[in-house]
Amino acid sequence: MLGFTIEKRQEPLKWGSFFIFLGAMIFSLGVSGLLLAIQGKPPLEAMYLLWDGAFAHDWALEDTVLKAIPIFLCSLGVAVCFRMQIWNIGAEGQFAMGAIGATWVVLSMPTAPAWVLMPLMFLAAAVLGAIWAIIPALLREKMGLNEIISTLMFNYIGILFLQFLVYGAWKDPASFGFPMTIVFPDTAIIGEMFGRIHWGVLVCAGAAAALTVFLKHTRLGFEIMVSGENPRAARYARMPYSALVVLVMGICGALAGWAGLIETSATLNRLQPTVVVGYGFTAIVVAWLARLRVTSIAGYSILLAGLRVGVENLQLELQVPASFTGIMQGLILLSVLAGQFFNWYSFQRSKRG
Amino acid sequence: MGLELIIPILAATIQSGTPILYATLGEMLTERSGVLNLGVEGMMIIGAFFAFLASYYTGNPWFAFVCAGTIAGLFGLAHAVVCLIFQGNQVVSGLALTILGVGLADFLGTGFVGTSAVGFSAFDVPVLSSIPAIGDIFFKQDALVYVSYCLPFLFWFFMNRTRWGLALGAAGENPAACFAAGLNPVKLRWVGIFFGGFLCGLGGAYLSLAYTHLWANNMTAGRGWIAVALVIFAFWRPGRAMFGAYLFGGIMAFQMRLQAVGATLPSSLLLMLPYALTIVVLLFSSARGKGRQAPAALGVNIEPGE
Repeated sequence: MLGFTIEKRQEPLKWGSFFIFLGAMIFSLGVSGLLLAIQGKPPLEAMYLLWDGAFAHDWALEDTVLKAIPIFLCSLGVAVCFRMQIWNIGAEGQFAMGAIGATWVVLSMPTAPAWVLMPLMFLAAAVLGAIWAIIPALLREKMGLNEIISTLMFNYIGILFLQFLVYGAWKDPASFGFPMTIVFPDTAIIGEMFGRIHWGVLVCAGAAAALTVFLKHTRLGFEIMVSGENPRAARYARMPYSALVVLVMGICGALAGWAGLIETSATLNRLQPTVVVGYGFTAIVVAWLARLRVTSIAGYSILLAGLRVGVENLQLELQVPASFTGIMQGLILLSVLAGQFFNWYSFQRSKRG
Repeated sequence: MGLELIIPILAATIQSGTPILYATLGEMLTERSGVLNLGVEGMMIIGAFFAFLASYYTGNPWFAFVCAGTIAGLFGLAHAVVCLIFQGNQVVSGLALTILGVGLADFLGTGFVGTSAVGFSAFDVPVLSSIPAIGDIFFKQDALVYVSYCLPFLFWFFMNRTRWGLALGAAGENPAACFAAGLNPVKLRWVGIFFGGFLCGLGGAYLSLAYTHLWANNMTAGRGWIAVALVIFAFWRPGRAMFGAYLFGGIMAFQMRLQAVGATLPSSLLLMLPYALTIVVLLFSSARGKGRQAPAALGVNIEPGE
């Protein structure tokens, strides 16, 4: 019988990540196609529709970029947390709180000029999002509470709080009972920059640049990187580990909060429960696929946003439910996780002995 | 509140705590073998869907129940493949499993939403059900609840009094020593993941076979995550898991009762209760002490060649 032993490589495989991702995509598309075939839907046509609806037209690309904006912002923050080995699963709730913060500003001063409104909206969204992340950070550092659980529970609480507001106090009396606020005044709407792409894309670029500079060129950023590599060493070197955890979580919360603000203001122009559609969870997938690097995060945000837009096309043409996105995301993530093994290990045929 | 109000709430507490109990014990079994599987929510909803499906086509709820556990267990093995063979990160793999499971159940179940299937109904246990109060609360339930009463004891007996259970625990505490003793910790973890997933699937099956008799999207609604939290709360011990599950069953039953009588509080605020309580309950149990720690090797992969 042929036996195999597993050996560790001295260096990671060259181009490994690329081929792993390619393999993972092929595997995931294959399984997804199989699932469609089981349901009696043409898998090849579906793959074409997926591509066609996401990337093949100007309007499709615009849709994809628009959806990539909130995913990118959430993922940027999540990646910094993961870098410190803090499992913040709460971008979804922080996103909801950001949307709430921005809406609160608009509803309390609807007639204010844009130059007052906009900065305050950004401030409120960042603060509320950050609070929603900092509470779990403090609970973790002060009380030893597992942050995976607390950030997850904060997701549910944040989203329910959003529903509580739009079904109650914030409901537009003229909405015929639908849970939504009034349409924002023009002064509170983030306008379009080119085509349908709005100015939110600049927020992404700014946030990415600022974060990169912060992590690479400041003392605090350096300490965050070290703490991620080795928390014990960081504590030993008297780095303020707990404060860094709070800071990193706060940054993530603020970024997710901005994503919520941008979706509310630029895309929906009002607050309604459908603003929360799982970007926070997609952000986790993106952060991991991109191996926590900023430029890769941008690329994978566009790819996974495209997947969402493409599935919308499938929904329209083949009546495939939106949950198909979840299947594909889960499959891609699982197979990339498995595939990364080959970056560091190889199978060797063992000698008979 | 009079007894006539409290007893139905307590009976409902047992009912809504039961799926959480199954799932908590499932995750506990996996974690005792050293693997953190955050796919509980995904395995539960897969169990709920396939229980419904099997019952819908065969009309046999017991078959559906076992079928749900088996399929959820097999589904959970994706986590085993990623973490035990390919050394993937356990946290991320578990999250991916949940994303996949929730999507898959929703996708496959689209055509069945609102469809009903044969399930389990409550019946009185002879003699025991006639005990005042106790009988009304504990012994006028369905068969799956009676099964769940035995589970924590069986779990304890398995882990502490059988060769296999002790070996499984060793794989979670010290895989190297386990290996030195001539056991294979990786194989034991496969077993831990499969049977943990099996129990989580049974928890899901309870939702579609007994709690309701139909399929609805997003049936688990975060119960899987509450189960993950309860494992920590229970210090990885089955007795406390039972207590924790009924605590949550209680808050869920209470919340539903409040909604039913038309309490002035909006429903979204009431729905927050279980999630907020999860955090509070964990805070009370976060003080570390002897015998309260997680299995020493929890979340750490066993590298090949070690």
